[in-house]
Amino acid sequence: MIVAESEVLLRADNVVKYFPITQGIIFKHEVGRVHAVDGVSLEIRKGETLGLVGESGCGKSTLARCLTRLYPLTSGTITFDGQDISTLNRKQLRPLRREVQMIFQDPYGSLNPRRRVGSIIGDPFAIHGVADGPERKRKVQELMELVGLNPEHYNRFPADFSGGQRQRIGVARALALRPKLIVCDEPVSALDVSIQAQIINLLQDLQSEFGLTYVFIAHDLSVVEHVSDRVAVMYLGKVTELASAEALYRNAQHPYTNALLSAASVADPDQARERQRIVLVGDVPSPVNPPSGCRFHPRCPKATQRCVTEQPELTARSIDGEPLDEAHLTACHYPVKPGEDLALATPEIAQTAREAEAAGVLAQDVLAEERP
Amino acid sequence: MSMTELAEAPTPAGDENKPRKAVEGRSPWQLAWARLRKDKVAIICAVFIVLLALVSIFAGPLSALIGFGPTDQDQTNGVSTDGLPVGPSGLHPLGTDNLGRDILVRILYGARVSLVVGISAAVAAVIIGVIIGLCAGYFGPTVDTILARIMDVVLAFPFLLFAIALVTVAGPSETIEIVVIAFFSWASVGRIVRGQTLAIREREYIEAARSLGASDLRIMFVDVLPNLIAPVIVYTTLLIPTSIVFEATLSFLGVGIIPPTPSWGNMINDSQAFYQVAWWYLVFPSLALILTTLAFNLLGDSVRDALDPRSERLFAARKK
Repeated sequence: MIVAESEVLLRADNVVKYFPITQGIIFKHEVGRVHAVDGVSLEIRKGETLGLVGESGCGKSTLARCLTRLYPLTSGTITFDGQDISTLNRKQLRPLRREVQMIFQDPYGSLNPRRRVGSIIGDPFAIHGVADGPERKRKVQELMELVGLNPEHYNRFPADFSGGQRQRIGVARALALRPKLIVCDEPVSALDVSIQAQIINLLQDLQSEFGLTYVFIAHDLSVVEHVSDRVAVMYLGKVTELASAEALYRNAQHPYTNALLSAASVADPDQARERQRIVLVGDVPSPVNPPSGCRFHPRCPKATQRCVTEQPELTARSIDGEPLDEAHLTACHYPVKPGEDLALATPEIAQTAREAEAAGVLAQDVLAEERP
Repeated sequence: MSMTELAEAPTPAGDENKPRKAVEGRSPWQLAWARLRKDKVAIICAVFIVLLALVSIFAGPLSALIGFGPTDQDQTNGVSTDGLPVGPSGLHPLGTDNLGRDILVRILYGARVSLVVGISAAVAAVIIGVIIGLCAGYFGPTVDTILARIMDVVLAFPFLLFAIALVTVAGPSETIEIVVIAFFSWASVGRIVRGQTLAIREREYIEAARSLGASDLRIMFVDVLPNLIAPVIVYTTLLIPTSIVFEATLSFLGVGIIPPTPSWGNMINDSQAFYQVAWWYLVFPSLALILTTLAFNLLGDSVRDALDPRSERLFAARKK
């Protein structure tokens, strides 16, 4: 779907991030690369919440740090508010740091234990020279009130707060400079469920109050469905499906998304019992040596020879010549029809784990060989 | 010792979880101070060190009270008719040396040398070590490799030989002594700081600071350094006695403080020829050295326990 350029806050175009694996102490040589993010293109529209889901190790956090340019890119371009930020150096990035903020996963690790809360929340003001002395203190206390903390706790240490309160401190810090975009890297994963709801509500209230744009990373599918306008699903460094939250949860087109959704827990036990689970074979392949073609083919129930050789693009798909929703992008040659039963599908190709089982070799041995 | 200390000291976890009426949170320093105050050994050692410092500052008036200067030779009562040192008496509380000089007065002046050289060398070593260690740990592998190798080279030097050679060339003086001691001590501080920095720079709050646009210098000194202060303070208090002994060694070998200026090292050296007839000449300067070293070491141990009760045996391997 074409969106007016003025509506787009951040555009990532074919973003690639590899981490080199080196050997040797003084004379290092590269022995391999972790393909953490491998050609991701997406846009973030003003005022929306873009959810980012996927298993552990699929590159969600790396992508987030590429979008905020905490990591240098291996290749690709990122445009923020019309400006190409993909090759800026650290000094040139300073103005961007005011516009883009991050909220981190671990509320215990993301606050310096040796500094007082007032000084932590006041950090953005100090770094960007925005406010000083009593004015900074006043602003910090306003922020604390805004996120539901007692402003009198200005002089306490992070250790004096609970996990949920600490995450509020992180939110206050991110909000200090009134950024346009906040990248939330699993902001609620480390909190217990009742606190998760509080933080999510806080984030949503702040979004409507300040017109914020969020990138919301999580592995909890129900949380992402609740907060997101659009959702991107990642697998092994690639976006496999990108659609509005409603469309994605109702009619997932990619077999991987279907499997992921079928694994999410459902609150109603009756419904849960009747539900069909799609159980995937094998493990996530190593990102050091990702599979050819479609990265999901070794585990996909619908895989064919085409999936091994041809890499599917992330585009709107059609089934039997009938175009599907044009805003629903899927990187799959054989998208799942609404109502199709994936559990009945059998792959047309021999997949590593199954092949090995058929040959009488322990699947574990093959997997062990695949790992570095 | 440490068991009773631990039993008396409140654990930090229990202290931090307790609901507090005061709005102001107690800083880790305040908690450590509270623990340190309950440690009797630490208090005794601190009192001893403070007394020693006062005594060395007021060595002049005190020696006037005794009636002899540090280089005054008491020819009438300070030497026996055979020309040997005289034992402790009302006139010379700790006896005299072979030239009739008062040992107590000379020990007081020697304390001045020991403390000045010991503390300034330790502080200089810690400052150099912290800066180089921070840089090595913070600025990636290339800088780290270079600086870590330099530290290895310094640690591998035969320091006594080098010290003697340098002093021979430059001529003995207090300044040269401080420089030599600091030069051979910073590398071990640097290593500790480097290791801690390597661990801390991977923490999420460093990444958070980076995402806020903080400069490297700001991250190093505002975010990393406060987390290093505890081991650095502990190391400093343990480095002071080492430096004092180092100073005494140099003076003993005749390449430190030049006689007649008294230092514990050159007093011990001078006493060698007389210890069979004048035990006080050897015993009292040695005792001063031992007690001072012991006090600093015990205080260092207590400070370490107070700052971080969990890492109780962090420096155990270092203690001799």
